[in-house]
Amino acid sequence: MSIEVIKPGLLSSLQDAGRRGYASLGLGRAGVMDEPAWRLANALVGNHADEAALEITLAGPTLQFTRDAVIALTGGIIEARANGQTLPPWTRCFLPAGTQLRLGGMRHGCRSYLAVRGGFDVEPVLGSRSTDLHAHVGPLDGRALQAGDTIAVGTRAPDDCFRAGHGVQALRWGLDPQPWLDYAGAPFGLLRGHHYDALDEASQRSLFVQRFTVSKDSNRTGSRMDGQALQLARPLELVSEATLPGTLQLPPSGQPILLLAEAPVTGGYPRIGQLATVDLPRLAQRRPGDTVCFREITMDEALQRLRTRNDTLRHLLQRIAQRLEPA
Amino acid sequence: MTGTPTDLLLEPLAEDAWLLRFGNSIDTAVNARVHAAAALIGSQLPDVECVPAYASLLLRFDPTAWLDDDATTGHRLREAIAAALKSTPASTIMPREVILPVCYDGADLHEVAALAHLSADEVVARHTGASYRVAMLGFAPGFPYLLGLDAALATPRRSQPRMSVPAGSVAIGGLQTGIYPQALPGGWQLIGRTPARLFDLSAASPSLLQPGDHVRFQAIDERAYQRLASGNGVAS
Repeated sequence: MSIEVIKPGLLSSLQDAGRRGYASLGLGRAGVMDEPAWRLANALVGNHADEAALEITLAGPTLQFTRDAVIALTGGIIEARANGQTLPPWTRCFLPAGTQLRLGGMRHGCRSYLAVRGGFDVEPVLGSRSTDLHAHVGPLDGRALQAGDTIAVGTRAPDDCFRAGHGVQALRWGLDPQPWLDYAGAPFGLLRGHHYDALDEASQRSLFVQRFTVSKDSNRTGSRMDGQALQLARPLELVSEATLPGTLQLPPSGQPILLLAEAPVTGGYPRIGQLATVDLPRLAQRRPGDTVCFREITMDEALQRLRTRNDTLRHLLQRIAQRLEPA
Repeated sequence: MTGTPTDLLLEPLAEDAWLLRFGNSIDTAVNARVHAAAALIGSQLPDVECVPAYASLLLRFDPTAWLDDDATTGHRLREAIAAALKSTPASTIMPREVILPVCYDGADLHEVAALAHLSADEVVARHTGASYRVAMLGFAPGFPYLLGLDAALATPRRSQPRMSVPAGSVAIGGLQTGIYPQALPGGWQLIGRTPARLFDLSAASPSLLQPGDHVRFQAIDERAYQRLASGNGVAS
């Protein structure tokens, strides 16, 4: 079975948990921007935990399914119509052979995940099915979807949840996108970075007080934060050192850049902060024009929140598996 | 490196990453300590990913695997890193020496020569005369930051970076020299080009160079460049 790409959408790429162990060769992890949403999408269709899903940015693709397929859409709430019928988000759906799935704009959030039962059957590159758009590494030679692409789907046991011959179907229940998709816009936890002390006093205050706007120049490498410019008390001569997803860098413009999934492995700008890992998926769902503010967090608190989040996610994944895949 | 766990310059970056700091300069001796530490930690703590830079070493780990009794990540990992740094290397790995052929006809060769008050031939002689060490790989997959440039060749970056520097370009940026593995935007001064493939996904090891390798450049002419470019690009 395969999926044909009729229209690619704004930016749609195959992603999994990312490529590990190649940072010393200059190759970063890439991978999904919103990990819980991706894991829940795979769980909803009964996939192995690490199957690649399609990460869709802001406006979705149109896809043609050659055979019966079972899919789930999580993350940002996207308009989805299959053979003219609206699909509910955050649940398991059945698409009969020949279905054209038209994904439109995103009503909430910035990134949606489309998982298909059986997973996308593409060869891993250096151990991962993630697309590194910057390094051109991964499925489809490391590029985003294009019209005319055909992507194979793996096989998986038949799905007992749906009855064949009944057209497009969806489960009667779905997951609550909350707390995974944050509508309220709570402040983002930020650890002080090594060069925070090098900011002038007003900028040190401003970082945790002002509201930044996510710039339209943002991408999978980083979100540019437009706001009142931040300044160093005096210039710094820096030697390039490691950067990570979540690193808040300050280039000479004074507008910080929050590095995301395709963060370069090294960089030479001052590191003024580091986003709490638990808030990375929330930030990935902020779209250009949205505002963001930071609140200082300690490492202990960041770890505590991460462990709590991981426990909650693990329990939810178990419950989904129990409910959908009876022994 | 000696020291108790408390005097390690370990900077927490994120829940799953620390930076081990050795200095704040681009310095051969400091970089050698970075690579020695990477080898020791890499062999003693295989679950900790080591990413060497000029003067610091990134350590990436699973924070939940290193929880202390108080459920934070800290003391136990710190002790393990200190112990790894005091251990004896399992085996002395001889650094590899890689010879890279370069056709010295870069667009900025004459500008580099003029700024250094040297002839183009003298620039080539000095660039091929030095032995370099791969201080780190970064910027793009397989891009080597090389230590060991003759100080006379240090040249400021171009005021207007190029939108696209051709793959294989050998370049100088300040006191650094490096090679663009693929066509990339860049501001370093281009002095030549190598037919060597620096990053090749079809190779058993995708990056031709590894951190810590020694590199020498060998001047070749256009014909030799063309001949090597049709092979794997490395002089044997």
